[in-house]
Amino acid sequence: MMDTTKKSLQVAAIENGTVIDHIPTDKVFTIASLLQLDRCNDQVTIGNNLDSGRMGSKGIIKIANRFFSDAEISRLAAVCPNIRLCIIRDYEVVEKRIASLPDEFVGIVRCANPVCITNNEPMKTVFYVTDKEQGVVKCRYCGKEQNIEHIKLV
Amino acid sequence: MMNRSIVSIADYSREQIERLLERTAEFEREPNHPHLLEGRVVATLFFEPSTRTRLSFETAANRLGARVIGFTDPKVTSSSKGETLKDTIKMVSNYADVIIMRHRLEGAALYASEVTDVPIINAGDGSNLHPSQTMLDLYSIWKTQGRLDDLNIFMVGDLKYGRTVHSLLMSMRRYNPTFHFVAPKELEMPEEYKLYCRKEGIRYVEERVFTEESIADADILYMTRVQRERFTDLMEYERVKDTYILRADMLGRCRENMRILHPLPRVNEIEQDVDDSPHAYYFQQAQNGLYAREALICQALGIE
Ligand SMILES: [Zn+2]
Repeated sequence: MMDTTKKSLQVAAIENGTVIDHIPTDKVFTIASLLQLDRCNDQVTIGNNLDSGRMGSKGIIKIANRFFSDAEISRLAAVCPNIRLCIIRDYEVVEKRIASLPDEFVGIVRCANPVCITNNEPMKTVFYVTDKEQGVVKCRYCGKEQNIEHIKLV
Repeated sequence: MMNRSIVSIADYSREQIERLLERTAEFEREPNHPHLLEGRVVATLFFEPSTRTRLSFETAANRLGARVIGFTDPKVTSSSKGETLKDTIKMVSNYADVIIMRHRLEGAALYASEVTDVPIINAGDGSNLHPSQTMLDLYSIWKTQGRLDDLNIFMVGDLKYGRTVHSLLMSMRRYNPTFHFVAPKELEMPEEYKLYCRKEGIRYVEERVFTEESIADADILYMTRVQRERFTDLMEYERVKDTYILRADMLGRCRENMRILHPLPRVNEIEQDVDDSPHAYYFQQAQNGLYAREALICQALGIE
């Protein structure tokens, strides 16, 4: 009992804001940079390699007083499809939102094809999500299909 | 303004393809229309050199009475000084009524068509698309077979890197073809195109053999070059290099209507003795490129 309490207190609770829990450990800092938390003036808590019964080891990000837009949440799907966000008000989870894959990504991810025009011109990339279940995206410009798992941010 | 750029014809409807075929036929009957594009300026921007394609496009423009400007060597243009493609296209847009461009990067023509109101004709973007080649291939099939529907099309040689066979495969999807992919293991048709065939309900068979018997029921024999540098295993290259060479003595059992196509240039994959066969069509095929390009330039300019 004591043990559980201690574990749940590994990261401090917030009064209002957003908690992103159960983040795969290799994705924590990518998500932090995608949400531009380095430029955030509110209280940000990032925990990584924490114990998690479900997935062994996990990461967690808590951002006080920040509530993300639909566009920001769908960007998260580019790195971590179906990640859950908990909206906190007055220490309570009032809403859970899932970052599901949008129909397209504009200017977020990089094309894996080195001879794609997008990697050689100062321009925005455009990807169409062709298979939401498998996480397959297709570059608008070179037409190459790629899996979201292997894709890099711009 | 409606963008009349021709970046890809993969999504063209049967009607759109047929209209282009009819127009190509008109230009074959009479290639010279010295007043049709009088006063128009056609730019040919070959960021990557391709003498064959450039000459064909420039001849097409000249036979229609247009003036031609452009460049072919990237070393003499400002793009080698770090100018972006966008800036080059914007600059040329001030001068030309249509821009024909070839670029080594995939997606370059689509991007160019997004940064200008001047129609762009894609003359090849890396290994991605080359619609004028596809159009002349379709025209050659249509003309020699009298139709595009229900044909047995054999694709032979390098099906892995052969851009022309991939484009042809996709543009034939509305015509109920049966494909035979004849290639060595290392150069076989990529999985993504086989998947495409299965999704679109296109019949295909894969074959390693290439003999008089195996090609007996072909309507179209589309030959490509098997290049040594494409092989990772040079033993494999030595073993198969002579397997996919067409000789005149292999044509004894083929259908009368069968025609041999090749995107050219060829090296040795079609023996010289095939050239005199009534089945050889690759030189006329290249000539059809001129008529197809006349049709494409007119379409991009909105000229009926
Ligand atoms: Zn791309």
